[in-house]
Amino acid sequence: MATTTLTELKPKDFKGKVDPDWCPGCGDFGLLNAVQKALAELGRRPHEVLCVSGIGCSSNFPGFINTYGMHTLHGRALAVATGAKFANHELTVIATGGDGDGYGIGGNHFAHTARRNVDLTYLVMNNQIYGLTTGQVSPSSSLGMKTKSTPFGNLERPVNPITSSIMNGATYVARGFSGHGKQLVTLIREAILHKGFSLVDVFSPCVTFNHDNTYDFFRGRIKKLEDEGHDPTDWKSACEKAMEWDDTIYTGLFFKNEEVPTLHELEPVLDEGGPIAHRKPGLTKEQGARILKRMM
Amino acid sequence: MSNGYDFAFAIGGAAGQGIATPGNILARIFVRRGLHLHAYNAYQSIIRGGHILLTVRVSDEEVLTHGDGLDLLLCLNQDTMTRHARHLGDGGHVIFNSDDVSPAEVASGVELCGLPVKELTNDNRNKLVQNTVGLGAMLNLMGADFAVLEETLKLQFGRKGQEVVEENVSMARAGFDYAKEHFHPFKKRLPQGKKPLAVWTGNDALAMGAAAAGVKFYAAYPMSPSSGILHWMAKNARELGIMVRQIEDEIGVANVVIGAAHTGARAMCGTSGGGFALMTEALGAAAMMEIPVVFVTVQRAGPSTGVPTKTEQGDLWQVLGASQGDFERIVVAPKNALDAFDTIPELFNLVDLYQCPGIVLSDLLISEGTFSVDPDEVDMQPSIERGALILDGNASDGYERYKDTSTGISPRAVPGLEGYVHVVATDEHDEDGVLISDEFTNPHKRRKMVEKRARKLASFFDKVEAPKIEGPDDADVTLVGWGSTHGVLAEARDLLEGRGVTANQLSIKWIKPFHSDAVTRALSKAKKIIVVENNHSGQFYRYLRSETGITAQGHIRKYDGEPFQPHHVVNGVLDHLGEKKDVERDVFVPYQEILV
Ligand SMILES: Cc1ncc(C[n+]2csc(CCOP(=O)(O)OP(=O)(O)O)c2C)c(N)n1
Ligand code: SF4
Repeated sequence: MATTTLTELKPKDFKGKVDPDWCPGCGDFGLLNAVQKALAELGRRPHEVLCVSGIGCSSNFPGFINTYGMHTLHGRALAVATGAKFANHELTVIATGGDGDGYGIGGNHFAHTARRNVDLTYLVMNNQIYGLTTGQVSPSSSLGMKTKSTPFGNLERPVNPITSSIMNGATYVARGFSGHGKQLVTLIREAILHKGFSLVDVFSPCVTFNHDNTYDFFRGRIKKLEDEGHDPTDWKSACEKAMEWDDTIYTGLFFKNEEVPTLHELEPVLDEGGPIAHRKPGLTKEQGARILKRMM
Repeated sequence: MSNGYDFAFAIGGAAGQGIATPGNILARIFVRRGLHLHAYNAYQSIIRGGHILLTVRVSDEEVLTHGDGLDLLLCLNQDTMTRHARHLGDGGHVIFNSDDVSPAEVASGVELCGLPVKELTNDNRNKLVQNTVGLGAMLNLMGADFAVLEETLKLQFGRKGQEVVEENVSMARAGFDYAKEHFHPFKKRLPQGKKPLAVWTGNDALAMGAAAAGVKFYAAYPMSPSSGILHWMAKNARELGIMVRQIEDEIGVANVVIGAAHTGARAMCGTSGGGFALMTEALGAAAMMEIPVVFVTVQRAGPSTGVPTKTEQGDLWQVLGASQGDFERIVVAPKNALDAFDTIPELFNLVDLYQCPGIVLSDLLISEGTFSVDPDEVDMQPSIERGALILDGNASDGYERYKDTSTGISPRAVPGLEGYVHVVATDEHDEDGVLISDEFTNPHKRRKMVEKRARKLASFFDKVEAPKIEGPDDADVTLVGWGSTHGVLAEARDLLEGRGVTANQLSIKWIKPFHSDAVTRALSKAKKIIVVENNHSGQFYRYLRSETGITAQGHIRKYDGEPFQPHHVVNGVLDHLGEKKDVERDVFVPYQEILV
């Protein structure tokens, strides 16, 4: 990996140290492949990228990709990723995880990271169930769904990550399906290129615990927004399309707003001097003297 | 502890009546004159109304507490008169607006100084007028020249324009002149100190210490009594190149700071006990990922949201036990504001060296108290040592983030560097960062990593100062305290000497790792050990016993929300020595003359 010559990288150059230990057929494989392809297409070098995850089957992602990685606490990926991006805005920061991780325990960070328009890409492997803890209901599970923790059916209506993130101020909101690799690569590539907070919610079927939302379930329903002539700057239409569920489920880019500056662009401390992580620590003599003088 | 000038005054009133401004003006006058001060504000969690008492003690030598008594009281309302006039003794003065406040009964020799504010100022517009008139009267009684006050008023109000300055000067003048004509001044005149001093709060000191330590990222969620750190940071950050962010909650705060620290920025967060409780899981994450971060937690009276504006030393066990699992952390409780300032750079050097979390355990007394400081003692450029940190470097094949070295310290590379790509994880991992949690069973690797992390702090005791006995070796009594009780113990020792009791003290600052051997040695000669702490259950005593096996002969504990004053400790010690007859209990709670 000690290469400095800029040879074109292949997706396999982003293969991590270990092979994924996901169940054969798990939807998460589709997302991993798509990210590796997208990064290769974008010409990113592994060391320029930081993947941050929480906890869950899907959150094991950083271990399976050859980039810098942080495998943090359940629900905290966005907070950690935000801190990393603030301290070094030159990094390409990608947060990954599951729907339980992101929309359940991490719901507060999800809302606020979108609102702040932090320039990072959030990829959620949405399997509508808790995989790693062996199949309990998740905040994305359908009403009535029977799981280990809801044996008589889920009483709670599912979150809609698309509409809620748009309402929270996310500036790039898309949905993919891990069975549709080509579209997914495009969505992820554009999400990484987008300046601001980008969400790609990805249907990644859990073949072990979710017997309702299977590959077939999605294949029979998915329509692509790009085939419908959807205008992603039209948030009203984006929300309407995001609300459809029963017979038609849309994937593609729902919403995009390129007008909003990212938080690090607004931060005056970053106006000059480069990332704070690279700056010389401590105060100059003059700074120290000035502060002391103000106390007198 | 001065043999010369030692004077305490208080300003009392309701929140919203303007107590801070005259307090600040006086503090400024004193420190510019080179006098030392120590101020404590007893207040309520209320924005308007209630009762506040700001006590300020001034001396020509260093003062360590706000003292035991009052010489002068400025009453901004009747409530203050009713509550506190009785706290003054012979020679004391009570200043009040005689239009609104009627005098209370006072001890003999206390002078009641009523100011007819309406008549003096011809003014009914501004109810804050009485503060400025009172300020003028106070300074006259204390023996300062009017010019000093005038100059400070100009400094204080200059930004608000000439008219405001002039109005304040004339009000102050009216009070000053009236006092000159009608009241008896204090016999001891306000002296002139050696050189101008500066004034800060403990929270300012913690924030400044962070700036000096090279903190580049600070995050917080507001919580009393820690918010002052956030406010100082926010105000000065731009100028100093520090990024400051208010985050959605303390869980977010701690994790954002971990993210920033991992990319190489020195990063700190501040909170109080309840917020720290939320940061708990992240503390363990920092330990497991071996990311150096500093958490400042400012104790207030608990449990739960407790008494937000009152002090206590009640979070020791929370901090020692925070986060699941078995891991090393550094916990330090500074002794005072200057010590708090010095502690931050020192702690950052340690957490960078050992790649582990560090916790500063402050309390409301230190953090919100106002103190004088000699600017020459404030080192704005302390040494910054970042340990085995690779910030730039040549590609190194086969880099392993958690390499099992003899010291347990593994060189840390930051994201963005070519050649060091790696994953850090909160799940147990091998030297290369690959998780072992998913392996069928691997006791060997697990044990290796636990030992590696534990080994890191082996050299800790070479790096930080061991606690030492202060005072005579063969004292009758050894007072043991931790953190902010340092000053009150020192003053109590002086007072005890006047009562024929010799006392020394052991004040402990580095809490974890604990200097067990040094403490055991230091206490081996003690005749009578009395542990003093600002809580009910004796949290520190239990810790001391678990780390050393030492048993104490007595305890002085206070848990009413107010800090110790020297006489509380003195009374407690005298009772233990049997000099007051009626106390037989082992756990002694001194009579508390609560000034609120
Ligand atoms: C604070 C905390 N609570 C609970 C857990 C246990 N836990 C681990 S993963 C998980 C849910 C995973 O679901 P999801 O985020 O949807 O990911 P998936 O496994 O389905 O990919 C839970 C509850 C934990 N690790 N930490
Ligand atoms: S349990 Fe479900 S989510 Fe987890 S690896 Fe298996 S298929 Fe994937």
